[in-house]
Amino acid sequence: MIDATLGDFCRWLAATPLSNTIQTAGWIIPALQTVHILGVATLFSSAIIVDLRIWRVLQRDVPLADVARRFIPVIWPVLLILLITGSLLIIGEPRRSLFNSTFYLKMALLALAVTLTGALQWSLSSAPEFWDKGLGRRIAGRLVATFSILVWCGILFAGRWIAYTQVG
Amino acid sequence: MLHFQDLISYFENSGLADDIRENDVLFPLIESVHVLSICLVVGSILAVDLRLLGLASIHRSVSRVTRGILPLTWCAFVVAVASGSLMFISNATKYLDNGFFIAKIFLIGAAGLNMAIFHGMGAKDLPRWENDTRPPLPARLAGGLSILLWVAVVACGRWIGFTMKVG
Repeated sequence: MIDATLGDFCRWLAATPLSNTIQTAGWIIPALQTVHILGVATLFSSAIIVDLRIWRVLQRDVPLADVARRFIPVIWPVLLILLITGSLLIIGEPRRSLFNSTFYLKMALLALAVTLTGALQWSLSSAPEFWDKGLGRRIAGRLVATFSILVWCGILFAGRWIAYTQVG
Repeated sequence: MLHFQDLISYFENSGLADDIRENDVLFPLIESVHVLSICLVVGSILAVDLRLLGLASIHRSVSRVTRGILPLTWCAFVVAVASGSLMFISNATKYLDNGFFIAKIFLIGAAGLNMAIFHGMGAKDLPRWENDTRPPLPARLAGGLSILLWVAVVACGRWIGFTMKVG
């Protein structure tokens, strides 16, 4: 039932003029993927730089709240670019993602990463010393940072794996 | 004397290259590690380039920005080269036939040269201007050129996948 509806939706989407344009001009998909990867590079590096600061691996001479202020805000507008390029890629090849469980795994991980990053930004803007108050908070901070690194890596892996797990 | 061609076929015919070619999981796995490390290289260099352009982190000196970020860039670069080499040896002849692969290698070389020239020429008077919110023109040029080169590297990398059928 759901499959049939989703199948109809994919057929409808693939028949739209926009989808046709994306499919027929050979350069559009690699160009969209290039912009998408550049966006992922910006977002992923920003998140990792903040996570490594929580672990005190990089930029120990700068307060965590400063590092977060410099690197987290850029994530949100870049995420918008990723949603646009990602949507265009789906419009060009609907079945490639919408009939692919790896794609849904990527979206679930993305929701988790967005929540984590948002929570990190919020905690540091409300209390710059939030993750430095006491041993408990410092350990919690490192756990959050580790989890964040793993989730972001999972998103990148899933993204690449979409190409290998297509059905039909 | 060992010729380049012999070296290429030596690697391409190795058991390791065979495994990467034949195994269904190994190639995508190495490719994912490659994408992940390239993303860290490009994203972290972008932060340094934007500082050189006077567009980000302008209240921190250039050397503090580079000290805080470039260690990550170099670690990721080592992983990117290692994973890239593994992909390369699995299909060396096909990669060498691909114009986008050759272009990518030259562009990475150009990005390295750009950085070396900037360090060689610009680093001498770095202490004089590194606190400026807007660095001098040569530094801004180096930053801008670096961004363009790395964008081109990523584009070539993606285009290799569309112009070369592996496996």
